[in-house]
Amino acid sequence: MSETVAFPQDRTCPYHPPAAYEPLRQGRPLSRVTLFDGRSVWVVTGHAEARALLSDGRLSTDRENAAFPTPTKRFAGLRVRRTALLGVDDPEHNTQRRMLIPSFTLKRTADLRPRIRETVDRLIDEMVAAGPRAELVSAFALPVPSMVICALLGVPYGDHEFFEGQSRRLLRGPEAADVEDARRLLDAYLGDLVERKRREPGEGLLDELIARRLETGEIDVEELVSLAVILLVAGHETTANMISLGTFTLLRHPEQLAELRAEPELMPTAVEELMRFLSIADGMLRVATEDIEVGGVTVRADDGVVFSTSVINRDGQVFEEPDRLDWHRPSRHHLAFGFGIHQCLGQNLARAEMEIALSALFERLPGLRLAADPARIPFKPGDTIQGMVELPVAW
Amino acid sequence: MGGGPAGRLAIDIDTGACIGAGQCALTAPGVFTQDDDGISELLPGREDGAGGALVREAARACPVSAISVREA
Repeated sequence: MSETVAFPQDRTCPYHPPAAYEPLRQGRPLSRVTLFDGRSVWVVTGHAEARALLSDGRLSTDRENAAFPTPTKRFAGLRVRRTALLGVDDPEHNTQRRMLIPSFTLKRTADLRPRIRETVDRLIDEMVAAGPRAELVSAFALPVPSMVICALLGVPYGDHEFFEGQSRRLLRGPEAADVEDARRLLDAYLGDLVERKRREPGEGLLDELIARRLETGEIDVEELVSLAVILLVAGHETTANMISLGTFTLLRHPEQLAELRAEPELMPTAVEELMRFLSIADGMLRVATEDIEVGGVTVRADDGVVFSTSVINRDGQVFEEPDRLDWHRPSRHHLAFGFGIHQCLGQNLARAEMEIALSALFERLPGLRLAADPARIPFKPGDTIQGMVELPVAW
Repeated sequence: MGGGPAGRLAIDIDTGACIGAGQCALTAPGVFTQDDDGISELLPGREDGAGGALVREAARACPVSAISVREA
């Protein structure tokens, strides 16, 4: 038995799992990895086992559980560990989720499409006017989802530099002090916004939650703010990374890009395949509350469990030739949005944003290309959501 | 095999378990929809699955296994 693999690790290529995860692919469906603090936890790498375990109520996502694993040094010793939605178990989670799902249905998402298209077109107009070069993360990939989530929640986009910057610190630190300070600042900002909205109601989801849940006493300001933080942060960071990394990946796969340009109706399936292939949220965490028999092993109560979606979504039992980017494979059953009760609340909004953003980008800028050596374009480290730090392009 | 036309299905949705992910309506939009609360429901007149090959696919896509399908 060789040494266990350290987890998480940086990717070597931004669109492939880290080369160092090769033993995990060999060790399906479950093996062991070592976290930064020396703790040994289970890593789930088999697709069927991941589906089963992510739907298993004996795995908890409660960050306040002392046995909950810490993925990286900057999250160790945080005083405020509580996170709404993805950090709470049922039945509390269900109550929170049910307040929000009416705003994220397929129909509500479809209604937002014209507005997303307008946002995307305006940003491309601005790029063209200032072109023929741009840094795509700041000019496009980040503002698209940021503007959309602001409109949906009723958060003024004028404050985007503040909340984008604090979201980045919340997720990436670099130090524990940054994470704590960012959380405090975001809580304070959204707390003030809620108070302002109580006096002067607007038309966003936050206003709706104030009228229907806060003023009725169903939730308090603290809970509303914690929901607002997660919606705001998750609503722009993840999709921004998919747009930047998706664009980079398409530009590095000219054959698949040409096919997509020739048949634009392939875009919805292409987005699913990009979700599978890129698996940007790689390393979802849980803690076992009871012993669980799975994949020929026993996960014991208090064991930490991490789901490596980049490895799970390349399980050859489910996805043939998994390392190939292929618009014609059935990729719908990828677990990039998670699975079980915590599966991404905003997934249909994210799909719409990715489809519209990528379609418009390649349609309106037919000469789009990388404006730097691809090997030198910086991408995110392994201990956070995967994506490009910068993406210099020209057309 | 039952006496009905080929492909007749009995579909059951556990609305208490549903988390409103919309996977069923996305996968088999001719059979499933979401009500105003975001909870899955069958489209009127499509309770037998409308011969849809996608119904089983929709059940598999459901993240909380809230959809069960059997031959009617």
